Amino acid sequence: MEVFKSDVAVVGAGGTGLRAAIAVAEADPSLTVALISKVYPMRSHTVAAEGGAAGVVRDDDSLDYHFNDTVAGGDWLCDQNVVEYFVARCAASLTQLEHWGCPWSRKPDGHINVRAFGGMKVERTWFAADRSGFHMLHTLFQTSLKYPSIRRFDEYFCTDLVVEDGRCQGVVAIEVATGKFTFIQAKAVILGTGGAGRVYRENTNGGIVTGDGMAMAYRQGAPLRDMEFMQFHPTCMPGTGLLFTEACRGEGGFLLNKDGYRFLQDYGLGPAEEQPRNKFMELGPRDRLSQAIWHEERKGRTISTPYGEAVHLDLRHLGRKKLHERLPLICELAEEYMGIDPAKECIPVRPGIHYTMGGIYANLETETPLPGLYAAGECASNGIHGANRLGSNSLVDIIVFGELAGEQAAQYVRTVQNSNPESLEKLASDAEQRAVAVVSRTDGKEKHSVLRREMSQSMESGCGIYRTATEMQATCDKLAELRERYRKLNVEDKSSIWNSDWLGALEVGYLLEVAEAVAHSALNRRESRGAHQRLDGYEQRDDVNYLKHTLAYHVPEGTPRIEYQDVIITRSRPGTRAYGAAGEAEEAQRRQERASV
Amino acid sequence: MSDDNKTIEMEVLRYRPEQDREPFFQTYEVPFEDDWSVLQGLQYIKDDLDSSLSFRWSCRMAICGSCGMMIDGVPKLGCRTFLRNYHSGKLRVEALEHFPIERDLVIVVDDFMEKLARIKPYLIPKQVRKLEQGEYLQTPGQLEQYRQFSTCINCMLCYAACPQYGLNSGFTGPGILALMHRYNADSRDGGRDQRMELGHSDEGVWGCAAVAYCSEVCPKEVDPANAINQNKMGSAIDYFLRFVRPRGATG
Repeated sequence: MEVFKSDVAVVGAGGTGLRAAIAVAEADPSLTVALISKVYPMRSHTVAAEGGAAGVVRDDDSLDYHFNDTVAGGDWLCDQNVVEYFVARCAASLTQLEHWGCPWSRKPDGHINVRAFGGMKVERTWFAADRSGFHMLHTLFQTSLKYPSIRRFDEYFCTDLVVEDGRCQGVVAIEVATGKFTFIQAKAVILGTGGAGRVYRENTNGGIVTGDGMAMAYRQGAPLRDMEFMQFHPTCMPGTGLLFTEACRGEGGFLLNKDGYRFLQDYGLGPAEEQPRNKFMELGPRDRLSQAIWHEERKGRTISTPYGEAVHLDLRHLGRKKLHERLPLICELAEEYMGIDPAKECIPVRPGIHYTMGGIYANLETETPLPGLYAAGECASNGIHGANRLGSNSLVDIIVFGELAGEQAAQYVRTVQNSNPESLEKLASDAEQRAVAVVSRTDGKEKHSVLRREMSQSMESGCGIYRTATEMQATCDKLAELRERYRKLNVEDKSSIWNSDWLGALEVGYLLEVAEAVAHSALNRRESRGAHQRLDGYEQRDDVNYLKHTLAYHVPEGTPRIEYQDVIITRSRPGTRAYGAAGEAEEAQRRQERASV
Repeated sequence: MSDDNKTIEMEVLRYRPEQDREPFFQTYEVPFEDDWSVLQGLQYIKDDLDSSLSFRWSCRMAICGSCGMMIDGVPKLGCRTFLRNYHSGKLRVEALEHFPIERDLVIVVDDFMEKLARIKPYLIPKQVRKLEQGEYLQTPGQLEQYRQFSTCINCMLCYAACPQYGLNSGFTGPGILALMHRYNADSRDGGRDQRMELGHSDEGVWGCAAVAYCSEVCPKEVDPANAINQNKMGSAIDYFLRFVRPRGATG
C-alpha cells in the first residue's frame, strides 16, 4: 500500500476542511498538510449554502444579542462557553474571507451589507446574493492554492481512521481513479466531513452528504452527540427537496396556506405585519415553522402536490428587480425546475431535511475524546447549535471552528511522534481488507440502493417533525434489520477504476450507522425540545431530566449505547422560548429580572 | 408528475478501461416523470438497472458543477436538463468532449485543475490590510465589475464547447481565463501584472479564436468570451504601453 507521511491530515475539503488546512499552513509552513476529499474541493456541499453567514456588525447589534438568539434558538441545549467564543469571532472570520476576495454584497458606501434571518434579533447575516456558500467555498479553495504545504488528495475516499496507542494517527483512503489504497499517516487528523442528511429521503443535501466522518469516528469509539436533532428546513421543493433559502423570508417573503392566509400567526409567531419584523412570523426559527406546516396539513389547509402537501412561499410583492438582485439562484430554481416565475406566482414548498445539528462530540478546542482527532463544522457537535440551529450560524461555524481546529492540530503535532510504522501499516492494511471485503464477496444478494431507499423511508416515517415511541421503535427495528442485510451485500461491479458501486456500498454502511445513532437517541429522549418533538405524552420540555446532551456510543454487534452529559451553562438560565409578541414580552421580563438582581 | 407511465430511451456512452477496448453506447429504457432531470434518469439506471454505470454528481441544483456531460451533442449540466424535452425520442448522453475519459461519463480533469492553480486565482492585495482595520471598501458598482465572472462553477462545459481547446490543450481555456479576469477586475486586487505574464501569451487570451460558443453553453451566464475579450483589449494596451514606459513603472 502507498504510504504518505503528513503532519496533519484533514478529511473533507469543504468550508471547514479548507479553512483548517489554511490555518495549519499559516501556523507553521513547515508542517505537511494532507487535504483529503472524496470529491474535488469545489464540489463540496458548502457550495449549496445560499442565505449567508452571521456576524455582528451593526451599531444597534451586540455579541450578547447574537449569544441570546443562538442559545434560545437552540432551546438551551447549547454549550454556552462555546457560543461565547463563537459569537465573538464571527465577524473577524468573515472579514478574513473578505480579505481573501469573497464577493460579499455591499451597501452603497462600500461596507458589508447584512440581511435579516430567522430567529435573529438584528440583521447580521453577511451574504453574497443567494450564493453565499458557493462564494465562500470557491474563495477558500482558490486561496488554499497559495500554500505549498497543502498537498491535496482529490477524489480519495476515506474508509477508516488508523488508531494506535489510543491516538488517531492517520486515515486509509481509496484513490477513486484507480481503486488503490493509500495510508495517509498523520500525527493529527481533522474531520470536516459535513452532515448526514442523506439518511432521509427528501432532503436539501448533495449526494455526497453521507455522514462518512461521523461513522468513521463513531466506529473508533468517539461518541455521536445530540443526533436526534435533525433540522427540517420549512421551504424545500416538493419531491427533490431542493432548498429555497430562508433569505426569501429575510427579504420579505410570506408563507401562505391554501386560503392565502399567513398561518404562522396561529402558532405563536404573530402578529402578522406587512413588513418583515425580526423574530416574528416568517422570521421565526426553522423548527417552529416546519412544525406549523405539519399542523396546517393536519387541519387540511395545505396545497396538494404530486409530491405531498405543501404551503406557498409568496415572493411576488418583492418585485422582479429585487428578486433578481438578491435571490437570483432562487429565481433560477423556480423557473428551471418548476416552471414558476416567482415574480408572478407563489412557489409550493414543504419541509425537508437540511442540517445535522448533532455530530461527533468535540469540545471548545475542537478536540474529540479520541486524542489526535479533531472535528469541526457540521460533522461535529461542539454545542453551538443545541436543539435547533439558527440559519446563517453554520456558514460561520465552519470557518470559526475550521480555523481553530487547524491551529489546535498544528500545536498538538509538535508534542507527539507517530508509533512505529510497521504497526500503523498493519492497521492500515486491516482497514483495506475490510473495505475490499465489501466488494469482493460473491455470496450476497442485497443491493445497497435498495437498503438506502428502505432506510430513508423508515427515517422519514419514524424520525420526522413529530415523533412517537411506537414509530421510533419501528424505525430502530428496521435499521437493525437493514444492518443485518448489509452483511449480505452483493456489489455487482468488481472493477477498480472509478467503481462508484463499491463506494456507494461503503456510503450506505456509513449511513446505516449514523441513522441508528439518530433513531436510538430520539427514542431515548422522553421530552420535546427544538427539532425533537413528541406526541406520546412527552410534549413538554423537561429540564429536570433532559437538560442534557445525548451521547451515542457504537456497539459493534448491537444497538448504540446511550449516555447523557451535562449542558454547559454560563449566563443564560433556561427560560421560555417564545417568538413574535410573546417573545418580546418574555425578553422584557428577563431584562427586568436581571435588573432587579 | 404525470401518470401515463412515459418512458424514454437513454443511449449512454460506456467505457470501462479494464474490460472495454473502446467506448460504445448502451441503451436503457427509463420510465420518467415530467420534472425529471437527465441526472435523475441516470440515477434510476444506476439504482435499478445497471449499478456499473459511473458518473459524477452531487448537489442536483446546478451549483456544484459535477455533472457536466454531452446531451445530444451539446455540453449541459445533467441536473438542469430535463428528460421531457427529449421525449418522444432517444436521448444520447456522453462524457464531456475534449477531455480523456476515465470511465463511462467520468472525465479526467487534471489538466483543468493544474491550469486553475497556474493563474493565481486569489486576491493579491493592492494594499495589505489587517483584520483589525475591517473590510476593504468596495462599492456595489465596483463589485459589479467582476461579479459575473466570479460565478463560474467550474463545470467545464465551456471547455467542451471550445474548438481551440479541442485542437490545442495547451490553451488555458475560457472558464479559467474568465476567473483570471475576475481577479484582475477586482478593485481590491493588484496582481494583474503577475497573472498577465500567462494571460498575454498564446496559451492565454490570444489563444482564443473568438467563436464564443463558450458563453452560449455556460449555465451561469459567466460569459467567458466577454472576459477574454476585455483581456485582449487590456493585453493590447499593455503591449503598446511597453513602448512608452519602462516595465514595472506605475502609471
